[in-house]
Amino acid sequence: MRHLLSVRDLTRDDAVGILDIAEDMAAVATRAVPKLPTLRGRTVANLFFEDSTRTRLSFESAAKRLSADVITFTAKGSSVSKGEGLKDTAQTIAAMGVDAVVMRHHASGAARTLADGGWIDASVVNAGDGTHEHPTQALLDAYTMRATLHGGAARGRDLDGLRVTIVGDVLHSRVARSNAWLLATLGASVHLVAPGTLLPPGVSGWPVTTGTDLDAAIDDRPDAIMMLRIQSERMHDAFFPNEREYAREWGLTDDRFARLPADTMVMHPGPMNRGLEISSAAADSARSVVLDQVTNGVSIRMAVLYLVLSGSGGVA
Amino acid sequence: MPARPVLQQADIERAITRIAHEILESDRGDGPLVLLGIPTRGVVLAGRLGAVLERLEPGSAAVGALDVTMYRDDLARQPTRTPQPTRVPAGGIDGATVVLVDDVLFSGRTIRAALDAINDLGRPRAVRLAVLVDRGHRELPIRPDFVGKNLPSAPTERVNVHLSETDGADEVVVGDGAEVTAP
Repeated sequence: MRHLLSVRDLTRDDAVGILDIAEDMAAVATRAVPKLPTLRGRTVANLFFEDSTRTRLSFESAAKRLSADVITFTAKGSSVSKGEGLKDTAQTIAAMGVDAVVMRHHASGAARTLADGGWIDASVVNAGDGTHEHPTQALLDAYTMRATLHGGAARGRDLDGLRVTIVGDVLHSRVARSNAWLLATLGASVHLVAPGTLLPPGVSGWPVTTGTDLDAAIDDRPDAIMMLRIQSERMHDAFFPNEREYAREWGLTDDRFARLPADTMVMHPGPMNRGLEISSAAADSARSVVLDQVTNGVSIRMAVLYLVLSGSGGVA
Repeated sequence: MPARPVLQQADIERAITRIAHEILESDRGDGPLVLLGIPTRGVVLAGRLGAVLERLEPGSAAVGALDVTMYRDDLARQPTRTPQPTRVPAGGIDGATVVLVDDVLFSGRTIRAALDAINDLGRPRAVRLAVLVDRGHRELPIRPDFVGKNLPSAPTERVNVHLSETDGADEVVVGDGAEVTAP
C-alpha cells in the first residue's frame, strides 16, 4: 500500500487485512516492552493544517511505537500564517527527508493532491481532508465494532449483517462519509439520521439509507449508534434553530439512551459536546466504547504506517 | 531438476519424537519449558512437539507462537509481509527455557529476528533452537540445538517442508529453485 487517501480505495480483503494487522499491533501494547523496531530509521511527518488533539497524538504514538522518528508541523505558529502554500510547505518538509506524511487539511481532496502532485516522494496518509474523508477514523470504528462483537475471535471477520446508525451533522462530517463507505464494504448496513439541512445533497449516491427521525431509528434497535459532533466551526448557515432544539430532536438524550437495546454500542469520534449531541449518562455508560475507539486508533494507525512504509510493493 | 523428496512422513515423525526426547534430556528442570513456533510451519511443528512432550511427560511444556515479521531486517526490500498472531503461553517467558521451533534453518536471519522479539517479551532463562531441517549457508553466528536432519544444499536450491496441516501431506523436498513457495 503506497498511500491511504480514501476508504473507497480499499477492498473488503484490504480492510479486513488492516484490521487483522491492528490486532497484532494491539497485542504489542500489553507486552513488557510495548515497542517494535519495525520502522527504525524512518521518519514520519505529521502535517496538521487544522486543529486536532487525538488524531495527531494517536499518529504520533503509533509512529513512536514502531520506532519511527516523528516531526510534527501545525499550521498555527508556522510559515502558513505567512502565506506559504501546501506545495511549498510539503516540499520543505520533504527536503528534510521524510518517508511518510500524515496530513490533515481543511480542503477536501488535499491528501490526494499531495499524493498525486509529484511534489514529494513520501507516502501520504490522509488524517482528514475538509469534509471529505478520514480513513483511519473509519478503520478504528470498524475495528472497535468488530472487537466488541467478536472479542478474541475477530481475526479474519468482516461486519456482515451489523446494523449501524450514524446520527448528526453528516453534511460536514468526513467521519460519516468514510464510515458509510467502509462499513458498507465490510458488509454492515448503515442508516444515517440527520436534520434535512445536514444531509449532503449527494447522499443518494452513498451505500446507506437515510432518515430524519432519531426515535424511529432507535426503535429499530441498531447494533451500534454513532453520534457525530456538531461542527460549529464549519457552520456558516442556520442549519437548525438552536442547540436546545437540536439536542431534543437529534441528541442521544438520557431518555433515548434508556430505550436502546442493552447491547447497542454507543460511539462518538470525539471531541464530544456533552449535552448537545450526547448526554453524559450515555457517554459515560458501560455501553459507550468511546475510549476504546481512542485506544484502538493507535493500533489502526500502527497498522497503516506499517503497510505504507514497509515493502517494495505488493503484499506477500 | 524436479523437486526430489528427502524426508517422508515417517522420517518427519521420527525426527520430531527424537527432538522431543532430546529437549527433555537437555532440560535441567529449573524453570518451565516453553516452545515457541515461528509462523507458519514452525507453529505446526511446535504443536506436534508439544503433543509428544505431553505424552512423554504430561505438563512438561507450554506451546505458543512467535511472529517475527516486525523484527525482520529485510522489510524494505521484500513485498509487504502480513504478520501472523503471536501467542505467548499464560505463564509468560520470564525465567523459562524457551525453545524456538522452525521448519528450515538457512541464513539465520529469521532466528536473529526471533531473538530480538523474545527480548521484548521478557527475559527467559535460556533460549534454544529446534529445526526440522538445517540446510547450512548461515549468514550470522547462529546454530541449532536440536536438528531433525542436516541437509547439505546448494544456495540456489529450495528446501521446502510440507506438513499435512498446511500443505496436505508431510514431506521435505529439495527443488532447483524454480518453484515458488510461501516463506
